[in-house]
Amino acid sequence: MIRAENLTKYYGNIRAVEDLTMEVPDGSILGFLGPNGAGKTTTMRMLTGYTTPTRGKAIVEEIDIQREPLRAKRLIGYLPEVPPLYPELKVRSFLEFVAEVKGLRGKKKKAEIERVVSQAGLEKVVHRRIRNLSKGYRQRVGIAQALLGDPKVLILDEPTIGLDPKEIVEIRALIKSLGGGRTIILSTHILQEVTSVCDSIAIINEGRLIEFGKIKEVEEKYGSTSLEEVYISAISRGGEA
Amino acid sequence: MRNTWAVMKKELKIYFSSPTAYIVISLFLLLAGFMYYVIVSNFSLLSLRAGSNPYFSSHLSLNQSVYIPFFSNAAVVLLLLLPILTMRLFAEEKRQRTEELLFTLPLTNTQIILGKYLAAVVVLFLMILATAPYVFYPFTITRPELAPVLTGYLGLFLLGASFISFGLFTSSLTENQIVAAVFSFAILLLLWLIYWLTYVTSFLGDFLKFISFFGHFDNLSKGVIDTADIAYYLSFTLVGLFLTYAVLEVKRWWR
Ligand SMILES: Nc1ncnc2c1ncn2[C@@H]1O[C@H](COP(=O)(O)OP(=O)(O)OP(=O)(O)O)[C@@H](O)[C@H]1O
Ligand SMILES: [Mg+2]
Repeated sequence: MIRAENLTKYYGNIRAVEDLTMEVPDGSILGFLGPNGAGKTTTMRMLTGYTTPTRGKAIVEEIDIQREPLRAKRLIGYLPEVPPLYPELKVRSFLEFVAEVKGLRGKKKKAEIERVVSQAGLEKVVHRRIRNLSKGYRQRVGIAQALLGDPKVLILDEPTIGLDPKEIVEIRALIKSLGGGRTIILSTHILQEVTSVCDSIAIINEGRLIEFGKIKEVEEKYGSTSLEEVYISAISRGGEA
Repeated sequence: MRNTWAVMKKELKIYFSSPTAYIVISLFLLLAGFMYYVIVSNFSLLSLRAGSNPYFSSHLSLNQSVYIPFFSNAAVVLLLLLPILTMRLFAEEKRQRTEELLFTLPLTNTQIILGKYLAAVVVLFLMILATAPYVFYPFTITRPELAPVLTGYLGLFLLGASFISFGLFTSSLTENQIVAAVFSFAILLLLWLIYWLTYVTSFLGDFLKFISFFGHFDNLSKGVIDTADIAYYLSFTLVGLFLTYAVLEVKRWWR
């Protein structure tokens, strides 16, 4: 479960997110949509505890991330917008570092690394230095890192960006298979990704949440079966309000 | 504890899979080795001349004329090089945007700071240790006093460790490694220059000597272990680490 309560973030006078409240229940995969600069990344950064909200709360499995950051962070796998990779390290050393910090040791660590390496299709590059990887492979290492430790909550900021078409299909299938029991938020600009992977959507514009709910319910509300139409009319309506 | 260890291991891997650690260590060996060579050559010249003068030669000591000047010169080399070692620690995390992972993993700021600090301290330890072969070589020929050499090393280590804590602090302030290095260099230089002032002014002299890194180095390089000096270095290190901690806490609001 992930809950945002009146999440608000200002950078000086710039409003990035304003009064965002939503709850993503267990087992749900939420597609987080919105134009460039709408505040998706900023929201995810508050939910993961990277940045402190100006106002409001971010709650993961009933734990307030500002009050008990360690407990909350143990439950979250996060893929930031720019995959956070140390170019000097080999893929394996990098994954070992993340696994150790997530509390995995010995055999369990090894098994977990093997699991995410195969899930993200990294077998061929585990012994290469991250600096020498192609963009798509870097993205995959970023995904693998988020999956380590099998976290209950996954927050993925544009997970399929930079991947080749075959890999996109595979990663989407992977994310979908991770559902069930886990709570996932993924941001994207590809509406097709939302229809193929997610069960609910949140649309944000200029820092405000303008639509939230099951995809079907939202589509019904707009009297349309095309997510594209829904998105465009939601954004333009939100703009007028 | 384990998390601190994991962060330290990661930093050490990065140090040794990029040129940074190798460059800093070799430069240190080169510069300190050169100074040592000059000091020793000078000493052997003096000894030759003193051979004919029993009074003079009885006053000639390897500890006094070689080790004390060597350690204070090595300290200055540390002042020049350690900012280069520490500049990447936080600045590069920010620039590469890896801090977004670092600060969302189940790690406390204390664990992150200590892990990074200890990694640089390990490199410092290795580079000081690497001078041992030439520093201890004279022991195979003659019998200088051992204690002052050991405390000299201890002093060098403590001094370097406090330099590192300030380097860590300046690195947390910026995403530009050069800015971090220059700022840390400036702070250390200032604390060194303060010590020079103690030669010209008696007013505040004791206070300035107390503040400066180097005022506390003298005793150790002469073989005197004063708990006040040790406490000084430990508190200076703590101040550097605490400042870093404060920066990280404040930055949570701004990123
Ligand atoms: N550190 C920061 N300092 C100042 N302004 C910021 C900062 N981070 C984000 N912003 C601003 O906050 C707003 C929201 O940005 P955010 O990155 O959350 O958008 P986004 O929805 O992720 O966009 P995109 O689809 O382009 O990734 C933008 O106007 C952005 O310029
Ligand atoms: Mg974004």
